Amino acid sequence: MLYTELLGVLLFFLASFVLAIPLGKYIARVYAGEKTLLDPIFNPIERTFFRLSGIDASRQMNWKQHLLALLTINMIWFLLAMFILMNQSWLPLNPDGNPNMSADLAFNTSISFIVNCNLQHYSGESGVSYFSQIFALMFLQFVSAATGMAAAAVLFNAMKERISDKLGNFYDYFVKSATRILLPLCVIVSVILLFRGTPMTWEGKDSIITMEGDTVQVSRGPAAAFVAIKHVGTNGGGFFGVNSAHPFENPDYFTNIVEMIAQTIIPFAMIFALGFYLKRKRLSWMIFSVMTLGFALLVIPTIISEVQGNPAIDAMHVDQSLGAMEGKEIRFGAAASAYWSIITTVISTGSVNAMHDSTMPVSGLTQLLSMMVNAIYGGCGVGVLNFYIFIILGVFISGLMVGRTPEFMGKKIEAREVKIAMIVALFHTFLILGGTALAAFIFTLHPDIGWLNNPGFHGFSEMLYEYTSSSANNGSGFEGLGDNTPWWNISTGIILLLSRFIPIIGPIAIAGILANKKYIPESAGTLKTDTGTFGLMVFAVMVIITALSFFPALTLGPIAEYFSLYSF
Amino acid sequence: MERNNTSLFQKDQMLQALKQSFVKLNPRIMFRNPVMFTVEIGTAVMFIVCLWIASGETSQGSLTHNIIVLLVLFITLLFANFAEAIAEARGKAQADSLRKTREETPAKKIDPVGGLYMNEIKIVSSSELRKGDCFICETGDIIPTDGEIVEGLATIDESAITGESAPVIREAGGDKSSVTGGTKVLSDKIKVRVTTEPGESFLDKMIALVEGASRQKTPNEIALTILLAGFTLVFIIVTITLKPFADYANTPITIASFIALFVCLIPTTIGGLLSAIGIAGMDRALRANVITKSGKAVETAGDIDVLLLDKTGTITIGNRKATNFYPVPTVQEKRFLEACLLSSLADETPEGKSIVELAREQGNALPIYDLTSVTLIKFSAETRSSGIDLPNQRIRKGATDAIKKITESAGHTFPTFAQQTASKIANSGGTPLVVTENEEVLGVIELQDIIKPGIHDRFERLRKMGVKTVMVTGDNPLTAKYIAEKAGVDDYIAEAKPEDKMEYIRKEQQLGKLVAMMGDGTNDAPALAQADVGVAMNSGTQAAKEAGNMVDLDNDPTKLIEIVEIGKQLLMTRGTLTTFSIANDVAKYFAIVPALFVVSIPALQGLNIMKLSSPESAILSAIIFNAIIIPLLIPLALKGVAYKPIGASALLRRNLFVYGIGGLIAPFIGIKLIDMLISIAL
Repeated sequence: MLYTELLGVLLFFLASFVLAIPLGKYIARVYAGEKTLLDPIFNPIERTFFRLSGIDASRQMNWKQHLLALLTINMIWFLLAMFILMNQSWLPLNPDGNPNMSADLAFNTSISFIVNCNLQHYSGESGVSYFSQIFALMFLQFVSAATGMAAAAVLFNAMKERISDKLGNFYDYFVKSATRILLPLCVIVSVILLFRGTPMTWEGKDSIITMEGDTVQVSRGPAAAFVAIKHVGTNGGGFFGVNSAHPFENPDYFTNIVEMIAQTIIPFAMIFALGFYLKRKRLSWMIFSVMTLGFALLVIPTIISEVQGNPAIDAMHVDQSLGAMEGKEIRFGAAASAYWSIITTVISTGSVNAMHDSTMPVSGLTQLLSMMVNAIYGGCGVGVLNFYIFIILGVFISGLMVGRTPEFMGKKIEAREVKIAMIVALFHTFLILGGTALAAFIFTLHPDIGWLNNPGFHGFSEMLYEYTSSSANNGSGFEGLGDNTPWWNISTGIILLLSRFIPIIGPIAIAGILANKKYIPESAGTLKTDTGTFGLMVFAVMVIITALSFFPALTLGPIAEYFSLYSF
Repeated sequence: MERNNTSLFQKDQMLQALKQSFVKLNPRIMFRNPVMFTVEIGTAVMFIVCLWIASGETSQGSLTHNIIVLLVLFITLLFANFAEAIAEARGKAQADSLRKTREETPAKKIDPVGGLYMNEIKIVSSSELRKGDCFICETGDIIPTDGEIVEGLATIDESAITGESAPVIREAGGDKSSVTGGTKVLSDKIKVRVTTEPGESFLDKMIALVEGASRQKTPNEIALTILLAGFTLVFIIVTITLKPFADYANTPITIASFIALFVCLIPTTIGGLLSAIGIAGMDRALRANVITKSGKAVETAGDIDVLLLDKTGTITIGNRKATNFYPVPTVQEKRFLEACLLSSLADETPEGKSIVELAREQGNALPIYDLTSVTLIKFSAETRSSGIDLPNQRIRKGATDAIKKITESAGHTFPTFAQQTASKIANSGGTPLVVTENEEVLGVIELQDIIKPGIHDRFERLRKMGVKTVMVTGDNPLTAKYIAEKAGVDDYIAEAKPEDKMEYIRKEQQLGKLVAMMGDGTNDAPALAQADVGVAMNSGTQAAKEAGNMVDLDNDPTKLIEIVEIGKQLLMTRGTLTTFSIANDVAKYFAIVPALFVVSIPALQGLNIMKLSSPESAILSAIIFNAIIIPLLIPLALKGVAYKPIGASALLRRNLFVYGIGGLIAPFIGIKLIDMLISIAL
């Protein structure tokens, strides 16, 4: 039983990996502007839209123009989503008669979907109409994923071995990401889900009579389409409140596999796409190996601790042969849920199929660390951007270590790039620790504020998790936290915005500046960046920057919990 | 020589550095180093806390503990200052010994009268000489300041500057016209024009750089300072946010503990040693007898991709020498040798002299010639030959094709033997010179280059460092190729004109390469200026010295190799110590974090993996380790991390292992040991 579960986990990973390589090749082709099979369908549509909106999709942009386009279009989507969410009660497609969102909740929700985070302070069944689900939330799930991927495409272009400030066209990258990559994948995933029982209907709640004879209202809706992009676009926002633990969102073990592969495939493929695009496959392998090493170090202890079960329950002589099953679905089991919890946190999906609040302290620690590092595979497109920051810092330190002015892909890394990379790395730490510190401060002043159901270390973990999830644009919640209050809505909303756009602006700025610098061909003295040694260096930089800055906070959260749990 | 003393610490330097360590506590000086500046603020806060406790506050732990923390922090500051001060003191001592040579010396200044330079000589002090002034130096005089010979020729003892005792010849015009203050005229008389204002010579500039007064941070140093400031900022955030976290967990943390945590986490090790490393790099350059005009130049030297080296003197020993005479079969050997000897009598070049020498050696009892009734024909670029005209003998020697032209235009045939011998010589790296008498070929002289022993290994070392070597020579392509292969250089420029060097440098730079070259002549000046690292020889012209960014006092063409290594060492020392410093934090966390919380959360004893005896001693051990690691690493910072040309990846692996893993493990051991000592002492 246990071995089957573990073998299953290994197979999920291998399947994602095997599928990611050809997809990476395809993505590289899309960004290189080569022909794809879908061109005959989409080209005419796109041309019409571009003509109507007056966009010249062949105009080459520099990095500043790219960022301007990216930020402007995101701003417009934000206003659109705010409008829909705050007016959904009278807008069409609201069979359950759900009310308008409050301003602060709409603010939080719009932002969290725009930034590809999907922190949900509402519950899908009662909080939003179908119109909002489809035209505000699902729309944002597509465009936010495509935004991240387009940003990564700009980075790819900037990393080419030449001197130029012309880095392709943002709208071109953006639209192609959505139509050539996300859409076809979503169609496949949603069809599979549909066949396994996920609903796709415009009708309102249904009622069933349970075996006890009670009548129960069951929410449904156009879920299959929503759940597909939720994973493919690493968004993670569930159609229903309990996300992928809900039987409609994730009916069985098979859909669990499909959803797990769906959320890993683009982040994996983007890494390989980089190698295909730049014709530097070794670089891709280096990045993928470093990330996989980090992933293994996170996922293995998680699975072990979940499969072993809780010593406190053992002490009560309750059978735990299935592992720590509190907060987990019996149809997925401990190992697959543990694996999912790390996948969803490293990849910034944030969809959950089990309560992270109920996982063991080690898992709480690894889930938090996954989001604190935030560069292992990472979200749609932005994973590569985040990792790029660590590469820059790694290149800088190791360049000095071999006695040469640091250079990456033939470009010198100087004070300006180090400054930007440091600001980006610093910001993540600052937002998480700063946010949690403020919350802890307020809570200490007003212990009766009603945020925490579990005071003590676990309560601290809940607050830390909320800000970590926001800052990593992850969107999963430790839950147990009363988070639909103006404080949490607004503070996480601001953090979401900053932690989405600063880590996009930073790497694009660095890459843009580097792209315009003198190109230095590789010589015998150049430090190769596609080697295992350099990979280890980047890994060390990643671990040290995150482990070092979060160690005290983690000590008061999951680490204290761990030692308290295992010391009796 | 005294200044090549390699002992790291000398008593007077230590005393001077100790005094400076306190002077440098001035916040305005400290501010330049953001990492140590925050430590200074922490120390000030601790001082106030101690006063607070002394006046009756009880929540902050015992006064003794707080005072010890204060003292350790204070010592940390002193250690960091000491590192910088000792580096400066060493640099200064080095510079002082150079400066001694230019203390006040009397100068025989030529006073212009009525706008004309009359030979009216006035004795003035060297410090009164201004740029453009002229002075005279005669046998036995010390040259008062840097200048250029405008008239005359002299043998000069430059040992005060170079340490080399063999006298050198300097003369007006040409590429060896420059004289340096402090050197001594051994013979003859020269008229010199002053080229620098007092206090602005290269040496003065270098002294200022080493003394730190005008030391500008180099680009890499600025970037590293940003990185370190970033880390410091991260730990400011970590420490400040810990306060509400601890309040939430009902764990009171004393101010001393907060400051201890902060000081341990910020990269004080590299922060404290950073400027010492930079100064020591300049100092190493100075010890190699190289004067650099900026720290940046030394750093750039470490990045060099292409090295242009003159063949003569660098790759081969001095000049070509005659090694063989090949008379045409129909000519008597004696007659040929005589012609060779005659042809070179007027030839003052080393080649010419070597021909005379060899001819006298082989053809014994050749007569001594009286040169009064002869016309000497000097070498000219047009005829490409030289020789002598006796009453009825015209003897010429020159390059094969030049001589061929002469013989053929006089109606003689150029013998096949000469043609074959010449190409045979050229093919084996030699230079053939054909000798004629009355336009008839007598034979061929073979000149050979002698490649310096060990030069092949040095080029191999450079290749492993990733540096491409290019030999620049006036030889024909065939000879150049042969020598290039034999010496192991990667490329060569044959029949090089000064513009060719320039062209080559430009071409490489356009490909993104950094180029270094060495030169001495005025015609090297543009190339020296164009090169990323241009090293002018001290014996070279003023123009060359102005154009380059380094001056080599030893006039040693192989010095570039050393300079490249000094540059690499400089960067490596910074990189490895940064890694070491940051890796240290892991152990410090494991010492301090359990100590902060263990009183109120006993379960966290499990994090105390070093089993430190008490929270107080854990905190003290960590900050004491943090302090003493600075002086322990001063020798490394001053000497620099050894550079091994084993390829970038292997080097990274090695340094990552030594300084990364070492930096991870060393503090665990160190902190545990200090803790054991503390618990014994208490």
